[in-house]
Amino acid sequence: MAISVKEKRINDQQSLLLEGTYAVAYAVKLCRVKVITVYPITPSSAIAERLAEMVGDEELDAKYIKVESEHSAMASLIGASHVGVRTFTATSSHGLAYMHETLHWASGARLPIVMSNTNRSLGSPWSILAEQTDSLSQRDTGWIQFYCESNQEIFDTIIQSYRIAERVYIPAMINMDAFFSTHVLENIVIPSQEMVDSYLPEFKPKIKIDLNKPSAFGGVAPGDSYFEFKYKMEEDMLKAVDVAVKADNEFEEIFGRKYGIINCYLCEDAETILIMTGTAAGTGRVVIDNMRKKGKKVGLMKIRLFRPFPSRAIIDVLKNKIKIAVIDRNISRGVGGIFAQEIRAAFHNTKYHPPIFGFVAGLGGKDITPEQIENVLNYTIESDYPDREAYWLDIDV
Amino acid sequence: MNKRIFEIPEEDILCKGHMACIGCGVPLAMKFMLKGLGRKTILVVPASCNSVIDGTYPFSASGVPLVHVPIAAAAAIASGIRAGLDMIGDIETTVAAWAGDGGTYDIGFQALSGASERNENIIYVCYDNEAYMNTGIHRSSASPFLAWTTTTPLSSPKNVPKKNIDFIMAEHKIPYIATASIAFPDDFIKKFATAKNIRGMRFIHILIPCQAGWKTNPSKTVKIARLAVQTGIFPLFEIKSGKITLNYNEKDVPVEEYFKLQGRFSHLKKKDIINIQRDVDRNWKRIIKLTKVV
Ligand SMILES: Cc1ncc(C[n+]2csc(CCOP(=O)(O)OP(=O)(O)O)c2C)c(N)n1
Ligand SMILES: [Mg+2]
Repeated sequence: MAISVKEKRINDQQSLLLEGTYAVAYAVKLCRVKVITVYPITPSSAIAERLAEMVGDEELDAKYIKVESEHSAMASLIGASHVGVRTFTATSSHGLAYMHETLHWASGARLPIVMSNTNRSLGSPWSILAEQTDSLSQRDTGWIQFYCESNQEIFDTIIQSYRIAERVYIPAMINMDAFFSTHVLENIVIPSQEMVDSYLPEFKPKIKIDLNKPSAFGGVAPGDSYFEFKYKMEEDMLKAVDVAVKADNEFEEIFGRKYGIINCYLCEDAETILIMTGTAAGTGRVVIDNMRKKGKKVGLMKIRLFRPFPSRAIIDVLKNKIKIAVIDRNISRGVGGIFAQEIRAAFHNTKYHPPIFGFVAGLGGKDITPEQIENVLNYTIESDYPDREAYWLDIDV
Repeated sequence: MNKRIFEIPEEDILCKGHMACIGCGVPLAMKFMLKGLGRKTILVVPASCNSVIDGTYPFSASGVPLVHVPIAAAAAIASGIRAGLDMIGDIETTVAAWAGDGGTYDIGFQALSGASERNENIIYVCYDNEAYMNTGIHRSSASPFLAWTTTTPLSSPKNVPKKNIDFIMAEHKIPYIATASIAFPDDFIKKFATAKNIRGMRFIHILIPCQAGWKTNPSKTVKIARLAVQTGIFPLFEIKSGKITLNYNEKDVPVEEYFKLQGRFSHLKKKDIINIQRDVDRNWKRIIKLTKVV
């Protein structure tokens, strides 16, 4: 196959210049996924296109079902996963919302499906640009959720996610920013197939459809059994925090890269910590550097794993800080930014109660600028307590 | 009627202990289907009465693997199971979706149409009891003209006809379509045995009386199913590669005989029955005409 412009090889054999969408497709290929279904939606569509080429050109030995909707995309993976094969889909925004029912079903059925979601705004009004409200409004569907910053991180997190999901039997969603990730070229280190194979052995689930042991899957669970199933699932979901840490460490041993479930920048001696996610965290670090030069004791925490919520790891870093600021590119109307709310909740039953300032920014792909971020930090440092759940950047602050 | 061309297996795959209502036609249909398909079958069941009939955890009466699924998802999940099986090298096992009329005509139709257009290698069975029985006898687009349901009460009975699903499916150009009735077991089982050996999308439509929803005597389920065929209301036919064949050629019973056994039609007036008879006759003629098209 002709190599397209997007993936022009650069000198190093192991490096490719890839947009975020293509990084996803390359990771999926190296994970030897067996059944793929992708329903196109901007800005995720190139994943569907590149995977279709890979399957068509027999670069990837998989079935690609060209479904008629996202509901069917997730549903058909639910079917394939019951047979015990590795599966993948990609979506965004309205597509993710349209899957909602099947997301619950997939996690309830304990199927380690992996999906990429490009964080995009939801209408009305239409916007195809970056915002995390799509995946965050699926936070209670029982999926593991990652939020990624760079294209390399997206690529690596896909590979890690299969390992985590298949250990705890919980599906995983890898989130990336619309356009800032999907349509930005980055140099990606692509490991060899042998390396990925050694990290990710063939998927062999404990339970799958077996003609010799005919049984029903997902039928009515009467009495206490439903409650017990949900308890077991929560137990495993909580375990997934440690499983994710371990998977990241093991990943480092083979690939030499590691991300942490949270990532802290100059946090140790910082008095005020700024919390950000996704691509905007990169801008955040630049601001931290600039403010450090001015003598401000500030640091940045990026949250990478959102479900299960790594409360302990977060509190450990934040507990003795004087103030915390959270910038959310998402909104739960009536309470403000969702990461801010989750962090407030994580603190609630501890003895630490630093003021937590919530800022809503960048909805609908609006830029989150270094000036805004600096304003956020200055406002937080200068104010004693927040007087509301969330400040809207450029409107309130 | 077709001559018996193969031996019907003695063995019942469907087990005892299912949870169907007394007089329900579903277990009979399930039993016949499994005789036709055999043990190498995986069933996909969307939300419907059958979600309950199969039994509650940890029991299952079907005797073959059965995957319960959300109501709109049957055709897509069956497609995914097929893809998974193909990838592990199992091209033999039959994947059959077993969905109600609601899960087929209405909320599951998008997935069904998609799977049909893709010519997925699955069998899709619609067991049609002409309403959402599981939720409480609610009208579906398979409910007949003027039928009473709890959402089409006597003050406003259904004022539009039943959707013609078989011909809608035929327009998808899939390799096999059939209608089947629990009152004609030979024909029923043969159709499943035939479908099993065809590759691609196969659609089988079964009319199944529901004593609770149709307000009928539970002992008359099979009789009513037979009358549906004999009146021409539910003709038995096959469409193979676009060619339609009638499997029961007589239409010798007036529709009134069918209606008078069912409480859901007890409000029909003489003129309603005359109108319905006219429509049934017209449809029958249309099918006869189509059987002559080469
Ligand atoms: C998305 C969704 N909406 C509604 C329901 C509730 N529901 C369960 S079964 C059913 C109707 C089933 O009707 P049909 O397919 O005809 O099967 P039957 O119950 O008649 O066997 C509905 C609406 C559901 N399970 N999921
Ligand atoms: Mg029904």
